[in-house]
Amino acid sequence: MAITESDVRHVALLARLALTDGQVATLTAEIGAVLGHIEELQHLDLAGVEPTAHPLAMTNVMRADVVRPCLPRALALKNAPASDGRAFVIPAIAGVGEEA
Amino acid sequence: MSASPDLSAMSARQLRDAVASGGISAREIAEAAYARAESLDTEVHAFLQLTPELAFAAAEKVDRARAAGEELPPLAGVPAGIKDNMNLVGTRTTCGSRILHNHESVYDCTAVRRLLAAGALPIGKCNLDEFAFGSSTENSAFGPTRNPWNLERVPGGSSGGSAACVAAGMASVSLGSDTGGSIRQPAALTGTVGLKPTYGRVSRYGVVAFGSSLDQIGPFGKTVDDVALALEAIAGADPFDATSSPEPVARYAAAPGEGVRGLRVGVVRGMLETEGLAPAIRAAVRDAAETLAGLGAEVGDVELPSARHGLAAYYIIGPAEASSNLARFDGIRYGHRCEDPADVIDLYMRSRAEGFGQESIRRIMLGTYALSAGYYDAYYGQAQKARTRIIEDFRAAFSRFDVLLTPTTPETAFRFGAKVADPYSMYLNDVYTIPVNLAGNCAVSVPAGLDPAGLPIGIQLIGDHFAEATLLRAAAAFEAAVAFAPVPPLVRSLGTPKGGE
Repeated sequence: MAITESDVRHVALLARLALTDGQVATLTAEIGAVLGHIEELQHLDLAGVEPTAHPLAMTNVMRADVVRPCLPRALALKNAPASDGRAFVIPAIAGVGEEA
Repeated sequence: MSASPDLSAMSARQLRDAVASGGISAREIAEAAYARAESLDTEVHAFLQLTPELAFAAAEKVDRARAAGEELPPLAGVPAGIKDNMNLVGTRTTCGSRILHNHESVYDCTAVRRLLAAGALPIGKCNLDEFAFGSSTENSAFGPTRNPWNLERVPGGSSGGSAACVAAGMASVSLGSDTGGSIRQPAALTGTVGLKPTYGRVSRYGVVAFGSSLDQIGPFGKTVDDVALALEAIAGADPFDATSSPEPVARYAAAPGEGVRGLRVGVVRGMLETEGLAPAIRAAVRDAAETLAGLGAEVGDVELPSARHGLAAYYIIGPAEASSNLARFDGIRYGHRCEDPADVIDLYMRSRAEGFGQESIRRIMLGTYALSAGYYDAYYGQAQKARTRIIEDFRAAFSRFDVLLTPTTPETAFRFGAKVADPYSMYLNDVYTIPVNLAGNCAVSVPAGLDPAGLPIGIQLIGDHFAEATLLRAAAAFEAAVAFAPVPPLVRSLGTPKGGE
């Protein structure tokens, strides 16, 4: 399952990272090397083993459905790169092309 | 007319008791911490930010409570460092990343809030590998931390600043976070005690998430007793973190004195036979087993056969979770935004590529690849099944033993740049610590001595889920028996502080 530069470009788009050609080449080699080191997992016979998503046997945690204070708007906007004092300001979304 | 306190000579408990008895003021302790930071931190660079306004305000509160005859909390006047991935109002929380270089905290991390409620003085925010990705602090966007034992060598990571500030006596305790070894590995490399609690023991509310099924906040200290004090202050359920456990908080601070007679200690043999383990560390673990046996523990051998696949499973699960968690850095709500974005996709893609450093990009890419269509079952699914096997190994081991003994790291502090060219060689530093995160157990690294180069060696003790009290008991007994109180040469060179007015 060798990873190619074309795979890396596809993954970079999924991860929303604008990589340079140089970064794509370096990452193809580096990710390929890491995948080579961890290939041992592919050879383990784990048929019938339940996957673990969480190390402790915790059941679902519920709380009472009551209103409580949350972060005030001024604080929520405090670190925004652009805001109008009421909302985050971003470029237009409508009409922007998505990947295939 | 008291002398300025030597933070390398006094434990957190001694400082607190000296404050309570009126022998010293919290203000004098804060002054001593900043004087030490002024002498050493230009070289060590443990702190990304010093917070004297917060520390002196906290000190004043302690001193006023003392003057009013109130009973002081357990960490009153204890100077503390806080890893800079934990939020505290009045500080920036950068995660060692350009993407958050000016991020101001707008709420408090629960563990930090609890540490300060116990009377600790927040000296500053500690350096780390960007977003906690690394084992050397070389991945910090703001420059590495240097090991107080040898400035040419790394302090470990990712909580390298938290470890170094305690080793250098600029703080008595500190908070770090540990996803694959990020508390225990730097503790080993700096001659400090570092504990990763059981998954769910300490709330993660307010620590910037890396691997959500693995992350835990935990304390560093010079002594096991200080770490127990800090753990007791920060542990317990939190309505703001649904993964925090309702399991009652034991009296950890009382645990260390109980001794190890009859305690069953399992030496993980396979981990002593791994290639690349430094002979001095292997010898230190064998000596530790003998020491514990000499104290009355029942020492035997144990195997964790699937733990050798831990590193491989971790380098799927960790990056997969990290790639999801770091999706929140999008240049919209906080963090760096690129100039003149053409549209929102361009904004996301350039803001992230400009803001994240090399290792963050590597992990995000690896994780996104492992989770992507066509590869999910082969990588993520298979890693989660391997994780189940590792958990079963630990369960079997803890049916026979109370505590497991391993090395913390395969080697002592390495030189800057030694592992930068080959990311996997850096990842190997956490080969003994990672299985513990996958299984959710608690573990502590305790100083065991120095190697022939004069660098600290740590041994790792691992406990069952929520058995921190037992773990601390074993760690304290070992610590007392080796009687090794590590003070780095850099600190010894400062000499004894002069008496104050």
